[in-house]
Amino acid sequence: MQPLNRLQMAWRAAQDIREGMLVNLGIGMPVAVADYVRPELDVFFQSENGVIGVGPLAAAERADTDLVDAGSRRITLRPGASIVDSAWSFAMIRGGHIDVSILGAFEVAANGDLANWDTRSPRKGPLVGGAMDLATGAQQVWVLMEHVTRQGTPRLLEACTLPLTAVACVTRVYTDLAVVDITPAGMVVVEMLSGMEEAQLQAATGARLSFAAGVKALTAPALALAG
Amino acid sequence: MPIDKRVRTASEAVADVGDGATVFISGFGGAGFPNILLRALRERAPKELTLVVNSATHRYSLTHELIAAGLVRKVVCTAARGHDKEPSPFERLWVAGKIELECVPQGTFAERIRAGGAGIPAFYSPVGFGTDLAQGKEVRVFDGRPHVLEHAIKGDVALVRADSADRYGNLAFRYAQMNFAPVMATAAKLALAEVATVNDQPLPHERVQLPGCFIDRVLAVGA
Repeated sequence: MQPLNRLQMAWRAAQDIREGMLVNLGIGMPVAVADYVRPELDVFFQSENGVIGVGPLAAAERADTDLVDAGSRRITLRPGASIVDSAWSFAMIRGGHIDVSILGAFEVAANGDLANWDTRSPRKGPLVGGAMDLATGAQQVWVLMEHVTRQGTPRLLEACTLPLTAVACVTRVYTDLAVVDITPAGMVVVEMLSGMEEAQLQAATGARLSFAAGVKALTAPALALAG
Repeated sequence: MPIDKRVRTASEAVADVGDGATVFISGFGGAGFPNILLRALRERAPKELTLVVNSATHRYSLTHELIAAGLVRKVVCTAARGHDKEPSPFERLWVAGKIELECVPQGTFAERIRAGGAGIPAFYSPVGFGTDLAQGKEVRVFDGRPHVLEHAIKGDVALVRADSADRYGNLAFRYAQMNFAPVMATAAKLALAEVATVNDQPLPHERVQLPGCFIDRVLAVGA
């Protein structure tokens, strides 16, 4: 009953990406999802700086400071890629043209409220970037996050305690312990680690869980974190 | 007199940027930062500036030099967090209460500037509803969904970076350089562009991504 590591969580989310989708990957853990989408699938990754069709990272000798994603990573373009300005990029995001936005988070509430931008640190400046737009405008919002904090407190809650990014926006959460759908009836577990008891998962969760008929085992191949 | 928007030096380009100006600064993710113009503006040192810039703290942008030099009264941005353990120049002043901050979701930031240049004084957006960034803003329901009223941003000066230009001020960009440049140039009274090269011949028509009617001065700075 080993919890998934972050790469395995990204792998698991990647399995739900379908051919033809336009997907935005948040800065940090979500960008790893692209590494686990089968290369023969036609999937376009959008980056909010205006790139539609982000390819793999550029090799050092081919890196170009003008060809970057929103996280300042030097990238390549996939066949069929294009680049637009920021107003058009966010028209795409806000206007519902992105099929899936995959974001990291601090907390998700049972009604789909998302908190992922502000930790209320008094000495650090705020950083909202495109998070509110991506959470509000995409057709589906998937969250990748550990099930509990480093202190062991739940991140899936009845109501968020940190400042909200958007209300009632999250549709699915991938954690190291489970895959949870956010539905009108609240949180529904569709997968969890094999060997885990429902009561154990409920104890690690700050909102009432229901369990889908025939909850599947959450599994992923061995993927070693660098360093 | 024929149109010729070329200037020879960066100090000439920023010569009439005055105290209290609202200055747009383009660039995102390392692409399209107008760093030659930013350096010239810091040397000219107008005071009490309002900067409208995606990030107040990006490590590849020289925006932080204007802030560290004490020339900035307020920053309107989407990101104000430093990259290092030590606070950034912006964070140091902000924590001390010496600089004003307006934090804006990035799509709302782009659209408010677009509106400023497009003759739209305000608009409703679903983004931000129910969050701290929409506090105090008017809310209206459209199609059963709450939206917040957002006001256009106009500026005095825009600083943008492109790849090539001609004497008409037409601009062409490389890859992700474009980002905020079109909306910022459109929303500013005076739009300044630094580019790698200014061609003697007009840019090929199909290569022009930002028409010269939106640009007032171009400066060739090399790659």
